[in-house]
Amino acid sequence: MNAIQVRDLTKRYDRVLAVDAISFTAPAGATVGLLGGNGAGKTTTIAMLLGLLVPTAGSIEVLGHDMARDRFAALARMNFSSPYVSLPARLTVEQNLRVYGHLYNVAGIDHRIGELAGELDLTDLLDRPAGNLSAGQKTRVALAKALINRPELLLLDEPTASLDPDTGDWVRTWLERYRAESGCTILLASHNMAEVERLCTEVLMLKQGRVVDRGSPDDLLSRYGREDMEEVFLDIARNRRQAVPA
Amino acid sequence: MSPGLRRVWGLMYRHLALYRRSWPRLLELAYWPVLQMCIWGFTATFLAKRMGGSIATTAGAALLGGVLLWEVTLRSQMGMSISFLEEIWSRNLGHIFVSPLRPRELIAALIAMSFIRMAAGLLPAILLAWAFYAFNLFALGPVLVLFFANLMIMGWAVALGVVSLVLRHGAGAEPLAWGVLFGLAPFSAVFYPVSVLPGFLQPIALALPTAHVFEGMRGILLDGTVHWHHLAAAFGLNAVWMGGAVLLFMHQFQQARIRGALMNIGE
Repeated sequence: MNAIQVRDLTKRYDRVLAVDAISFTAPAGATVGLLGGNGAGKTTTIAMLLGLLVPTAGSIEVLGHDMARDRFAALARMNFSSPYVSLPARLTVEQNLRVYGHLYNVAGIDHRIGELAGELDLTDLLDRPAGNLSAGQKTRVALAKALINRPELLLLDEPTASLDPDTGDWVRTWLERYRAESGCTILLASHNMAEVERLCTEVLMLKQGRVVDRGSPDDLLSRYGREDMEEVFLDIARNRRQAVPA
Repeated sequence: MSPGLRRVWGLMYRHLALYRRSWPRLLELAYWPVLQMCIWGFTATFLAKRMGGSIATTAGAALLGGVLLWEVTLRSQMGMSISFLEEIWSRNLGHIFVSPLRPRELIAALIAMSFIRMAAGLLPAILLAWAFYAFNLFALGPVLVLFFANLMIMGWAVALGVVSLVLRHGAGAEPLAWGVLFGLAPFSAVFYPVSVLPGFLQPIALALPTAHVFEGMRGILLDGTVHWHHLAAAFGLNAVWMGGAVLLFMHQFQQARIRGALMNIGE
């Protein structure tokens, strides 16, 4: 079963074609990476998957729900985290989690907050205003918010951007473990090639709004004859080298 | 609690929690209504001393009643607009709109917060008017509830219009949250009857629910009569204003989803 099914998804702003008839699926339990340079269409694609943006054409089915007709049923079963969308800075971490616990109709909200605080090492931060936290702490709080409703689908937009290597590695390890334990599907947009290589079971390479290649990290490395995903990324971004056909 | 009500409460909790940690925010709620009451209270006292007699007392009551009831509309409008703007300022709108919160639940939460802000701001001013200027707003009788309801609905309708403009034009429309209602004040006949306005402006005034409420207030204070036709007109006009405002909001919300404005609103 697919957690995400996208067909001919297109987004046009006046004369700018941001996403150009892309199609892809994300099997349940997979971690799919959206990879591409700035302006490739990653954030626009995620915004359409979240119902924040109406597509110009094409269809999106999330967890069996058509996003054009039934987006709220899907939104209750998914969640989202991005370092570019903040949580209210003057609310404490606990208050923030409580707000989203209510918005997502989470049962046993106190227990869930305690559970997440324990798992994400937030217990000592619960009474602190969210705006007073370090980048790493904010990322952990954003993850706690994204997991408050035990989502079946998690959309992550550059989850380790601006984190130091140690904290970034901690987040990646945690995400790996969480996916293995929960079976949730993850769609990840990232500029961090090592992160994509480590976490993703499949990668979609986006360029100028189109999917120009796709495959598992091993498959892409093999077809481009490269040692790491960064080289594959540069090959595609700069048209340096063509892949061997799959 | 149903999931819908819980989502409404979740958004209300987000705003109420801010007040638990911030006395300046609490103070700000009552600051302007109390200040207004002080200024107009002293003005009414001065007029009563200069003019003397029952006419001065009645005029003073109409003045203070006008000040307090106008604050109902103003605080309702600002309470709703500012609650929405708080989400933009905290860059939290992206999280709100990707949660299962429906637009109608967002409106319900904003209305509830507006009511709480209005009540918290106005109660000290009402008490001040009673304690220092011997003006008891509740002497208007049970009909006061109907006046309040109409003035609040008018405030919410204007606030939804402001929110719609913010969705359409972004941060550039934010100053309207503070100023837009003052533009309607001259036509709302807060301190004078509609008949004082030039003939060509009177239809504009009579299209505003607020003008009918203030005519109704003066009817009670000056003649001791409840003008039910004014109240009926106010409710009818409010139905049109609020209905129009909701349609405008829903349209602009959908347009914002098409343009991608929800992703970067406030910038």
